[in-house]
Amino acid sequence: MRFRDEYRDAAAARRLADAIARTATRPWTLMEVCGGQTHAIVRFGIDELLPDGLSLVHGPGCPVCVTPVEYVDKAIEIAGRPGVVLCSFGDMLRVPGSAGDLLAAKSRGADVRVVYSPADAVAIARAEPEREVVFFAVGFETTAPANAMAAVLARREGLGNFSMLVSHVLVPPGMRAILEAPGNRIDGFLAAGHVCTVMGFEEYEPIAASYRVPVVVTGFEPVDILEGVYWCVRQLEAGRAEVENQYARAVRREGNRAAMATMREVFRVVPRRWRGIGDIADSGLGLAEAYAGFDAERRFGPVLLEAEAAGECISGAVLRGERRPTDCPAFGTRCTPEHPLGVTMVSSEGACAAYYRYRGAAAVAGGRR
Amino acid sequence: MSGPEFPMSCPLPTGDGETVQMAHGGGGRAMARLLDTVIRPAFDDAELDRRHDGAVVEVGGPAAFTTDSYVVRPLFFPGGDIGTLAVYGTVNDLAMCGARPLYLSVGLILEEGLPLDTLRRAVASMRDAARAAGVRLVTGDTKVVDRGKADGLFVNTAGIGRVVAPAPVGPAAVRSGDAVILSGDIGRHGMAVMAARENLGFETVIESDCAPVAAPVLTLLEAGVAVHCLRDLTRGGLASAAVEIAETAGLALAFDEAAVPVRDDVAAACELLGLDPLHVANEGRFLAIVDPADVDRAVAILRDHPVSAGAVAIGEVRDGPAGRVTCRGPLGVDRVVDMLSGEQLPRIC
Repeated sequence: MRFRDEYRDAAAARRLADAIARTATRPWTLMEVCGGQTHAIVRFGIDELLPDGLSLVHGPGCPVCVTPVEYVDKAIEIAGRPGVVLCSFGDMLRVPGSAGDLLAAKSRGADVRVVYSPADAVAIARAEPEREVVFFAVGFETTAPANAMAAVLARREGLGNFSMLVSHVLVPPGMRAILEAPGNRIDGFLAAGHVCTVMGFEEYEPIAASYRVPVVVTGFEPVDILEGVYWCVRQLEAGRAEVENQYARAVRREGNRAAMATMREVFRVVPRRWRGIGDIADSGLGLAEAYAGFDAERRFGPVLLEAEAAGECISGAVLRGERRPTDCPAFGTRCTPEHPLGVTMVSSEGACAAYYRYRGAAAVAGGRR
Repeated sequence: MSGPEFPMSCPLPTGDGETVQMAHGGGGRAMARLLDTVIRPAFDDAELDRRHDGAVVEVGGPAAFTTDSYVVRPLFFPGGDIGTLAVYGTVNDLAMCGARPLYLSVGLILEEGLPLDTLRRAVASMRDAARAAGVRLVTGDTKVVDRGKADGLFVNTAGIGRVVAPAPVGPAAVRSGDAVILSGDIGRHGMAVMAARENLGFETVIESDCAPVAAPVLTLLEAGVAVHCLRDLTRGGLASAAVEIAETAGLALAFDEAAVPVRDDVAAACELLGLDPLHVANEGRFLAIVDPADVDRAVAILRDHPVSAGAVAIGEVRDGPAGRVTCRGPLGVDRVVDMLSGEQLPRIC
């Protein structure tokens, strides 16, 4: 398959791995921000190609993982109301709320529908005017423009029966929070290529400069990730801390201006709670005043955040890059995809799910990095 | 059927726009007419025409017996429909037992309001599929349920075949060192149905691989290939089949991801939706686990049949933890292959 196989080429990967090994003279800890990159690293065994001392830690870039449990609970509550259609992306359905998930709500009779695009939810609202259609809008900057477009369409068509339960988050404030956390050990970042396809990478330049960390905008295939690691190590060894763009086939510095304009029209920056991480100022998106009429929280009541209960699950530390999934005593035993203790074991982009899925018993045994 | 009839009042099945009604399952005249005018003429089998409570058939040796129920939305999709699935699925299960499929039963559960034309199309394709697979549809049943109680049409088929394999075929016969052969490219059925159901609008139309696989299996057995286990790759895909075999056999199984054929359109659709082709359903693909001495001959035999022309040896059975399936990725690193933990759900981004 074109545009994929050349980025999974074993010889190219080997050359990059050799270059990394030749370049790295000290131990470095790099964080890949995006859950999609985490899955590629674990699936393809990219970390096993890296020299000892160079470690990859997994970042918070799993949209369903960082969505607060109260939003999942709210979605379930709304879905249970008569006359409501709750639309969501597929991988949100298995995320545990405080009592069950959306799939369980569906099995009890709630009208929960998987959509592949937020525009599908608008189409449902158009086709079924007697029903209240609520779209569960989560994700990073990657999904924000399409979700914003759904609101634009609904307003243009005057669809009074459409609303959105919004829990959007933004990557740069999340990176700052990780860098400012006590015990931070991140030397460099692989920034999430798809987020930067939308946003460009200007906003990472102050982060690189003020925290003295290299940031390499990186794609999702093995050769991309190895090249991102190589560029990051090259900067670290040279004492540089800049933003570089490995994913130039998709990302421009200025980003996608049309997408950003739509986001700015529909959303405003708000404080946001990240599940497992905590409250981060200016780290999320909520509906702007002009679109407040489409806010499901206004229609169905606000989401009330409570203090997160502490438990055995270390998903917060995993999302902050402080711990690995295999550091958890429950991993693979008391916590599995069938019986998850935390959301990082559920989501298709969660780090624990990646380790469990691709490494299984070997990961439980703790034999691998 | 005896007694007076009033053809002028016959409520079906002449014109367009007619639908299944509760009376069609009521055991009375409407039902008799449905059977006489839609079902029996389509299936056209002497056993059905005897209008008895069941079929009396000759098997002539040890028999394999299987059943499966078919619920698919949409009922018709590129490359097949519920009728072809219902016939080929059961025929293939018989073939996986090392048997020559002979007879099928057909149970139809119709939802009130189902267009009769839809039913006609489905039974016609069952007939065509049965002919293609060389089996007879010899007995059946029809029920009608209230509107909203079914998804248009559900089908159950059961099948009987004559066992032709000289030795038992199944996971218990699998030995360490056996070769693992895959009969062709994977993932087409699941992506065809998903694309049709969700109106995904891909540039190319992905067609289901839905097909009967008894012929290549029988040729393998007739040629004396030491076939130890056969498993068709339906729900759960190649991953589930491999894990099930390895778990039951108490052995490990390893294969090479690069050797597993996936068509570009299927691969692209899977990439887009965040799905792994190893987990996507097939309806005309199977794994054959054979003695390593026979692997080249087995692959050559399979390639002679159009339905398994893409057959390829992908790996081997090994000593190791029971049920551990690993696959070597493009970078040469092994990863664990497990069954899906739940439904396949497309990811957010």
